[in-house]
Amino acid sequence: MNVDVLVAGAGPAGLAAAIELRKLGVADVLVVDREHQAGGIPRHCAHTGFGIRDLHRLMTGPAYAQHYRGAASAAGVTLRTGTTLTGWPATGWPATDASATPERQSGTITATLTSPAGVQIVHAGAVLLATGCRERPRSARLVPGSRPAGVMTTGELQQRVYLHGQRLAGRAVIVGAEHVSFSAMLTLLHAGAEVTALVTDQPRHQSFAAFRLAARLRWRVPVWTGTAVAGIAGRDEVSAVLLRDDRDGSVRSVPCELVVFTGDWIPDHELARLAGAALDPGTLGPAVDTALSTSVPGMFAAGNLVHAAETADVAALSGRHAAAHIAAYLAARQPAAPGRQAAPGRQAAMAGQAGGRRVPVPVMVAGPLRWISPNGISPVSPEPPGGRFVLRSGAFAGRARLQVRQDGRLLTSAPARLVPGRSIRLDGRWARHVDPAGGPVQVGVL
Amino acid sequence: MTALGRPPEPVADVLIVGAGVVGTAIARTLARYDLDCVIADAGNDVGTGTTKANTAILHTGFDAVPGSLESSLVRRGAELLRDYAQQAGIPLERTGALLVAWSADQHAEFAGIEDKARRNGYLAIRYVPAAELYAREPHLAAGALGALEIPDESIICPWTTPLAYATEAVRAGVRLRLRTPVLGVTAADGWHEVSTGSGSVRCRWLVNAAGLESDRIDAMLGGSGFTIAPRRGELIVFDKLARPLVGAILLPVPTPQTKGVLVAPTVYGNVLLGPTAQDVPDRSDTATTGTGLSSLLAAGRKIMPDLVREEVTATYAGLRAATEHRDYQIRIDASRRYACVGGIRSTGLTASLGIAEYVVGQLADAGLELRKRDGSPRKPPVLPYIGQTGRRPYQDDARIAADPAYGDIVCHCERVSRGEIRDALASPLPPADLDGLRRRTRATNGRCQGFFCAARVASLMGAPGGARAGRDARVLA
Repeated sequence: MNVDVLVAGAGPAGLAAAIELRKLGVADVLVVDREHQAGGIPRHCAHTGFGIRDLHRLMTGPAYAQHYRGAASAAGVTLRTGTTLTGWPATGWPATDASATPERQSGTITATLTSPAGVQIVHAGAVLLATGCRERPRSARLVPGSRPAGVMTTGELQQRVYLHGQRLAGRAVIVGAEHVSFSAMLTLLHAGAEVTALVTDQPRHQSFAAFRLAARLRWRVPVWTGTAVAGIAGRDEVSAVLLRDDRDGSVRSVPCELVVFTGDWIPDHELARLAGAALDPGTLGPAVDTALSTSVPGMFAAGNLVHAAETADVAALSGRHAAAHIAAYLAARQPAAPGRQAAPGRQAAMAGQAGGRRVPVPVMVAGPLRWISPNGISPVSPEPPGGRFVLRSGAFAGRARLQVRQDGRLLTSAPARLVPGRSIRLDGRWARHVDPAGGPVQVGVL
Repeated sequence: MTALGRPPEPVADVLIVGAGVVGTAIARTLARYDLDCVIADAGNDVGTGTTKANTAILHTGFDAVPGSLESSLVRRGAELLRDYAQQAGIPLERTGALLVAWSADQHAEFAGIEDKARRNGYLAIRYVPAAELYAREPHLAAGALGALEIPDESIICPWTTPLAYATEAVRAGVRLRLRTPVLGVTAADGWHEVSTGSGSVRCRWLVNAAGLESDRIDAMLGGSGFTIAPRRGELIVFDKLARPLVGAILLPVPTPQTKGVLVAPTVYGNVLLGPTAQDVPDRSDTATTGTGLSSLLAAGRKIMPDLVREEVTATYAGLRAATEHRDYQIRIDASRRYACVGGIRSTGLTASLGIAEYVVGQLADAGLELRKRDGSPRKPPVLPYIGQTGRRPYQDDARIAADPAYGDIVCHCERVSRGEIRDALASPLPPADLDGLRRRTRATNGRCQGFFCAARVASLMGAPGGARAGRDARVLA
């Protein structure tokens, strides 16, 4: 099977990109998703707050997912759910050498799909990876102790409650105190569990003050700060969580039946790595420039795969941004045919891509910043998605100043409030002044 | 065969206590004969004790104590299991091992290790100079002086193995009684009266393959030859994306105290780092510890820093059934019609079929009548393949065409299809809980540990016709 664009992942980024690609006149856009229903994570986020930046309205997660499914279908996107992109045959998955790159026979990328319809090979003119992210589970956080049932991530919790209608009983301790942690609290209460506390090893919670206040006043759930999870006890089921007070090192056992690990996002980067795409050491997603192009020609990445985790609307805008560059890439690859015209204003991009691949200028961060996305300035299009870069900090700072420099030259300086786990946005107009032949761009905190 | 002195209940010919890899191997071997055989285990599945958590290596026995029973049974067992694995669909990869010297002192030990290997009958061991070592293992930390190559060391699936043995035994008529802890044994006239947590069992012969409890069972039969001193080993399982970093099993030079921390690929495509070695008083204490895990990361950084930078998929701990003796504790008491198969340490998986062959031979010598069953010799069962080198259902177009459930992937990280989960739930030895399903299919065992699929897996397990996820009862309440 041949398509113009293969999109891996039908979450907000993948669907928004596919819809935009169709609007830009790209004929065959195939979106595959391994889940049975398209829509991604918002499918099981029952709370409101979706759609603000991309759709300019406020809706719940399931309604938002529904909107995108409908819009994709109306736009003429081919959507195949229950379909897994299992690898790139040319790299020889199961890979023994992940440094090989996907076959580019006649300029296409070849992918293998598995679904109840069988195993199928697809040749795509371009690929968009929009595979999203997940929370690190207890094991990846190296939390010691026994390994009983009742330990899960927010993703599992939400699916159990909102997709599979399961009830939960018992007392729960939530690990984390960021937005998603408060969301997990609401899900647990909705499902019938009691929430003993939210615990964080940070000196204070990382969400909105209103969430914190509502938790305390309406649901009487405390946030225990400066508290690390030192272990889990219980034989078949959780009996207690061991909490260490970082101030005095004391460990106490808090009886509970459920432990929910929240936040600590990591991109689902398996397909990117199997394709041989270079990873950004900060985001751990594929390194992408401002055109959301990866190091593999013809392979783009968008959404929470490149910034884990931003809100769904930011992911959708990222997808739309990638779509414009994918359309330009396709148009530049082959003489434009009627109906496949790239968007106006992309001629420069086309020329740049066609004139041999130039290397993006890397963008790097220094502590306490953890990462920035995108993490490269495209030689042809320095504008980041939505005009802004997103960053993460590993530490709190109320009145910080971000400084962006290239080869010692100050490109911009902007005030910022740093909260670990919270999104920091940086206006991206400075990127136009980056010297494509210069050294890496350094982003630091003053 | 009928028992003498007819008791009120039928008397089994043989009761095997313990359904670990050793007990099930013995059951499988006995099942070829015309015997009424029962296996009892305290757990809710086969292989839930010391069997389930180990380094999953099929050893050559190059480093065993020369002349020991362990040495000969490891060699024989490896030979038998290599063959059996191929027939039964047990994932097995001959990766070879490289025993790496990091100091001149360790390098000087090589001559002794090579000599020991030869005395154990293993002749293929050879020296690998540093340049060749780094060409083969480019991600190895700097500073290695050279290695010994043991080309036949292999990796194997420790879960499919006892499951295959038990399936073969059960199909041949062996009765498997799970959740049946042995509480006491009384000698009767010509048989043993064995009281268990679920009623009493009578048997003419008793085989003690109780692993971590083997000394206690031995004491019930009047033995006092050994005491189990559980030694806990913690391990870290790295993401499958780390698999290309490692070619062979990377062994350290052992010290008199410990075999040390190794890096090994797994047949599922992960990489293992471990084990620690810590004596613990509690025979059920398989908890990991903060100090254990951080010591492993520190050790891993010295062996392969690139590995430690990868994501961790799982951590676990197992207990070795160590004793005060250096060798297996296998003894047959013909007068009591009792076989003790205790003190089987880390090599039990490798030696299992060798141990079974040896024990059954000893039982026959002691008077257990072995008469071949009528009919053609039974073939091993073919178990669902869960390794990474062979073809899994999700890759098999013809299989999906015949049954689309194999194309419906439920566990995305491990690519486990609904068809495989359905098959496991309907198998002769269905899982009793999520852990049992994991061991059979790998569902939820991948990098997300259930973020994407645990809810659906729980629903599938709770679905009509499927085993209820016992351990998930509270979550499903």
